[in-house]
Amino acid sequence: MISLKDIMAGINGELLTPCGSLDIPCPKVFASDLMSDVLSSAEPGTFLVTGLANPHVISTCAVADVAAVIFVQGKRPEAAAIEQARTNGLPLVATNLSMFDACSRISALFKGGRRGR
Amino acid sequence: MAGRAVFRQEFPVKGGDFAKAGAAACRIKELLKEMGIDVRTVRRAAIASYEAEMNVIMYAREGRMKLAVKPGEIRITVIDKGPGIADVGLAMTEGYSTATAEMRELGFGAGMGLPNIRKSCDAFRIDSELGRGTHLEITIHMNGHNT
Repeated sequence: MISLKDIMAGINGELLTPCGSLDIPCPKVFASDLMSDVLSSAEPGTFLVTGLANPHVISTCAVADVAAVIFVQGKRPEAAAIEQARTNGLPLVATNLSMFDACSRISALFKGGRRGR
Repeated sequence: MAGRAVFRQEFPVKGGDFAKAGAAACRIKELLKEMGIDVRTVRRAAIASYEAEMNVIMYAREGRMKLAVKPGEIRITVIDKGPGIADVGLAMTEGYSTATAEMRELGFGAGMGLPNIRKSCDAFRIDSELGRGTHLEITIHMNGHNT
């Protein structure tokens, strides 16, 4: 299974929160700017890819058991939200890639991972 | 003893207080986890609580969320003072929303709140009176059909 470390390398991601280990497995990815969709459809342990960078994203992820968040298009949450994520143990990653490019690269990682099995 | 709540806690929610959005739902989640309740059940309760809390913040002047836990069941009651819902049937339709642009920019208000609550729980009751407010009763069975 691909990990947060693999995804960060694939999307030129920058870690915004200190994190004990980057070897967090990524079983699924959910891309959305709509938090109600995250609540209704993202499975526990999912990585969220989003262009929304307000504090409600962090609260939504805490409620929905999202395992990591990737902010696209150079978006970054404010310091208080980053601190909230750090307290919750939720890794946050930022990339300058667009939503489409980030998802394409992550998708390629998943395909590559499957071929490797 | 049967049927009586063994744990109760109430959380005030202030309308328009987006800075504290999710505080009550996250606290409810913590408490249920501390009680050793199955993680899937806790998640369902947290999602229903969060959507209900957001509805109070987005639409009402003020509200209260009451958590009651008894053997085999979690009940979350949300009572708000606000405009009420003109057509509850329509509000239960996925995608129907009266949200403002500001609410949508926050990632909410897409007309999924009440449908998401109903999906996350085992029993759901809503009573609303125009100009007065809305009363929601959410019941989640431990090991219920949604687990």
